[in-house]
Amino acid sequence: MSPSDNIEPRLDRADSRVRHDAGLAGALRGFIDQVRSGDLGMLPVFVGLLLISIVFSALNPVFLAPNNLVNLLFDAAAVGFIALGVVCVLLLGEIDLSIGSMSGLASAITGVLWVGSGWPLLLVIPAVILTGAIVGLIYGFLRNQFEMPSFVATLSGLLALLGLQLYLLGPTGSINMPFSSALVRFGQILIMPAWLSYLVAIIPGTLIVWGARRADAQREAANLSSTGMSVPIAKAGVLTAALLFAVWYLEQGRGVPWMFGVFVAFVAGLDYALRRTKWGRSMFAVGGNAEAARRSGINVRRIRMSAFIVCSSFAALGGVFAAARLASASQQAGTGDVNLNAIAAAVIGGTSLFGGRGSAWSALLGVLVIMAISNGLTLLNLSSSLRYMITGAVLAIAVIVDSLARRSRASHGRA
Amino acid sequence: MTRSHQPGELLLRLRGVTKQFGAVTALQDIELDIHAGEVVALVGDNGAGKSTLVKVLAGVHQPTTGTIEYLGQPATFDSPGKALEMGIATVFQDLALCENLDVVANLFLGHEVNPWALDEVQMEVRAWTLLRELAARIPSVREPIASLSGGQRQTVAIARSLLLDPKIIMLDEPTAALGVAQTAEVLNLIERVRDRGHGVILISHNMEDVRAVADRIVVLRLGRNNGTFNANISHQELVAAITGASENSVSRRAARKLETADQIGEALQ
Repeated sequence: MSPSDNIEPRLDRADSRVRHDAGLAGALRGFIDQVRSGDLGMLPVFVGLLLISIVFSALNPVFLAPNNLVNLLFDAAAVGFIALGVVCVLLLGEIDLSIGSMSGLASAITGVLWVGSGWPLLLVIPAVILTGAIVGLIYGFLRNQFEMPSFVATLSGLLALLGLQLYLLGPTGSINMPFSSALVRFGQILIMPAWLSYLVAIIPGTLIVWGARRADAQREAANLSSTGMSVPIAKAGVLTAALLFAVWYLEQGRGVPWMFGVFVAFVAGLDYALRRTKWGRSMFAVGGNAEAARRSGINVRRIRMSAFIVCSSFAALGGVFAAARLASASQQAGTGDVNLNAIAAAVIGGTSLFGGRGSAWSALLGVLVIMAISNGLTLLNLSSSLRYMITGAVLAIAVIVDSLARRSRASHGRA
Repeated sequence: MTRSHQPGELLLRLRGVTKQFGAVTALQDIELDIHAGEVVALVGDNGAGKSTLVKVLAGVHQPTTGTIEYLGQPATFDSPGKALEMGIATVFQDLALCENLDVVANLFLGHEVNPWALDEVQMEVRAWTLLRELAARIPSVREPIASLSGGQRQTVAIARSLLLDPKIIMLDEPTAALGVAQTAEVLNLIERVRDRGHGVILISHNMEDVRAVADRIVVLRLGRNNGTFNANISHQELVAAITGASENSVSRRAARKLETADQIGEALQ
C-alpha cells in the first residue's frame, strides 16, 4: 500500500455510499448477498453433484469407484461439446433443438467418408465441422432474413438433418469403425499421462493467482483500488486442492481421458472468448438487449449468425466424439435424449434460457451433473423409459430454478 | 480531443426530409441546419415527429425522401453504426442500455479497448474519468445497470454518447428523469459540449431547460417545421408555435387563472 492512499481516495472509492467488501470475510458476505438476491452462480451444480453422489453411492457403491468415474468422463466429453455450443445460442436468448440430429449427422458423415470412402481423418474432421458451420449459417440466415423463431427453424432442422443422417447411412443403418484406429482409441482408451494430468490440475489455480497479481498491479498503477490477494489465493488454493484430489482419485483407476482433456481445453478457450473479447461482450449485449446492442453499433445479425455457427459446429464435433466413443455411426446416434441432455447441461450449469447470462464453464459442470444422473440410473439397471422420465424432470427443475432466480434477481435490482 | 471545426461551420443540413410509415406521414419537408458550437432545441407536442427525426439522424430509420448533407457532402445514415462512425451520437429516450452488463461494459459497448483481450483497467479508468467530468453520482462502475436508478442510467447513457467525441450529439429528453441538481449538471454539460465545438440537438418538453441552453429553437408541429426562434422568445409565443394557435389550451388556462385572480381582486376591493 502506498502512502498516497490516505491523501486522495482511489478513483473508484470516492463515493462513500457504497459498501466495499474487502478481504475474505467481505468476499464471503458479498457471495451470500449474491445468492440471496438470486444470483446462484455455480451453487446448484455443487449441491446437485453432492446429492447425486450420496444417493447413487448409497444405492450402488460402484458409482463412486474410480473407473466408473473415468467412464463417466469419457461419456461426458461428447455431450459436453454439444452443450458448449448450446451455451452460445442460449446466451442470445435463442435455442437450437437440432443439436442431437446435427451430432448424429456428423457421426454418419464421419462413418461414410472415413470408413466408407477411405478419406484420412485429418480431412474428415474439418469436413464434418464445415458441415456443422453450414447448417448454423442456414439457421442464422433464417433467423436474420425471415425473423424465423430459432426454435421453429431448428425444429425443422431436427427432422431434416435426421433424414439426411438416415439417407447417408443407407439400408444397413450403421457403420462400424475399426477398433485399432486412432479415433476409436481416442474415444475409448487413450488416457493422459499422470504427470500431465497433475500439471493441468495446477494450471487453473496458477492462472487465478497470476491474473489477480497482474490485475492488481495494473489497477494500482491506474489509481484504482486493488482487490487484495487473499481472496484469489484462497480460491486458487481450494480449486487446486480439489482438482489435485480429483486427478489423484481418477489415477486410482485408469486416469483422465484425453477426450475429456480436449473438451476442457475447448471450454477454457470459449470462456476466454466470451469474457475477454469484443465478440463475447457483444454476445452478452445482444442477449441482454438486442436493440441497445444494435444502436451501439454492434452488428446484431453477424453476432447471431456466429452463435448459430459455433453451436452447430460444436454439435458436429460432439457427434464425431460420440462416434469415437461408440466405435460406430448408427441410425440411433444423436436421437433420444441427446438434445435434452445437452440443453439441460447448459441450463443446470447456470446459463439462462432467457439470454444474457451464462458461461462456458456451465457446459462442463452441467454435463457432469447430467452424466452422473444418467450413469447412476444405468448402474441401477433402470430401463431407458424411467431414465427419460427422470432426465425430463431434472431439466424441468433446472428451468424452474433458473426462472425463480431470474425473478428474484429482477426484484433485487440485478440483471 | 479533436476540435477540427470552427464554431459556426455548417455540420448538418436537412432539406425536404419526409418519412412515411405506411399511410402515416410522420415527417414532411423538414428543414434543419446544425452548426458547430450551437445548441439547437427541437420542440413540439407529442406526435410532432421529434423522435422520428432523431431516429432518422441516428440511422435507425431511413427517410422516405429528402436530402441530408453532412459536412458539406450528401450523406445517408443507413445504420446506427454508420451514424456513430460519422460522428453523430445519440442518447435515446429509452436509453438503450444492456441491463445485464456493468457500467463500464455499457459505456464501451461496440467500442471496446483491445478487441482480442479487453483492457478492463483502461476502460474502467476512462469510465471513472468521464463520469467524474459529468459530476455523476454512480456508486460503482462494476455493478450491472439493473441495479442503478433512473437518473443514474440517464447519466451513463449521456456519458456513453460522449465517449467517441462526436461532432453532433443528440439528446432525446435527457432531463426528463433527472433531479434538480442532475438537471443542472446536464445543462452545464450541454454547454461544455457546445463550447468544445460540437453541435448539440436537444429534444425536450421542458421549456425552461430549452430556453436556458438553446441558441435556436426549432418547432415541429404535426411533422412539419413550424418556425425557428431564438432563446429570447417568450413562453406564450413558444407554446403558440407548438400548439399552432395563440388561442390554445395553455393560453386559455392562463387566461382563466388571470380572470379568477381579477375576480378575487375585485371582491377584495
